[in-house]
Amino acid sequence: MRRKPLPDDALDATDRKILNVLQEGFPIEPAPFEKAGAELGLSGAELIERILNLREIGAITRFGPFFDAAAMGGAFCLCAMEVPAARFEDVMTLVNAHTEVAHNYERDHRLNMWFVLADMAPEGIDRVADLIEGETGLRVLRFPKLEEFFIGFKVTA
Amino acid sequence: MTIDAIDKRLIGATQAGLPLTDEPYAAIAAQTGVSEAEVIERLRAMLARGVIRRVALAPNHYALGMVANGMSVWDVEDARATELGAQIGALEFVSHCYLRPRAEGWPYNLFAMIHGASRDEVEEKRREIAAILGPACRESDILYSTRILKKTGMRLKPES
Repeated sequence: MRRKPLPDDALDATDRKILNVLQEGFPIEPAPFEKAGAELGLSGAELIERILNLREIGAITRFGPFFDAAAMGGAFCLCAMEVPAARFEDVMTLVNAHTEVAHNYERDHRLNMWFVLADMAPEGIDRVADLIEGETGLRVLRFPKLEEFFIGFKVTA
Repeated sequence: MTIDAIDKRLIGATQAGLPLTDEPYAAIAAQTGVSEAEVIERLRAMLARGVIRRVALAPNHYALGMVANGMSVWDVEDARATELGAQIGALEFVSHCYLRPRAEGWPYNLFAMIHGASRDEVEEKRREIAAILGPACRESDILYSTRILKKTGMRLKPES
């Protein structure tokens, strides 16, 4: 995934409109590009062409349904560890070796390693966290979500 | 929120995204052996049940200049945490917002990921959140990531 901003001239006004409008939603009906395109002043084929280009230049990370991972039967837990600086790389290797570790970030805090455990079974979370504690001799703090709030996140292109 | 075998097949077929063709749902139908009408009906039903959160385009916020982010954490009075969490999650610059348990040495129960064009902008938005929480928040902090140590997608593969 592209992590650097695009050059200023990479997007024209139509591209920006597409990004702003389609992040709100996309129709579920037989000819959705024609329908969505009509509202943007584009034919269905033109809209597809534009989206292909936006994907090509890295302006889009995803286009399609966003699934609720928990609804699909998965269990997740945010975990944190306080890793001594001298052991950081070794502990990272031990933690990352578990396929249940979906992503892992170093953060500038006493708790300096933060990762998400994902497993199809809820009991898998504690099993892997306990395993990591055994392997590293360090505590794995577990922060399962108690409540999730509706997200209003919107990027203005 | 139960999903059956056909739903799972549709999830598998669309997990990587919608086909960019005139009739994407017909393409999924052909791929999964379900009629186009049923694909549309089932996707709409999953959307209504919350299995699908939305069908949409996700802009790459880094590409659009939002390159800074910080995990802000807040110790919010329990009695008001749900009400205030909903307000924070609805902010346009917050991409994830959760209530989580506190831990020893960790007084924070509300987590909100803040995005901005720069760290200064993230700090400014953090002050906006502080103003909304007001006296209901006792303490707060923000954690910036210094390195991505691992990034793989969620490996949930519903069997088809």
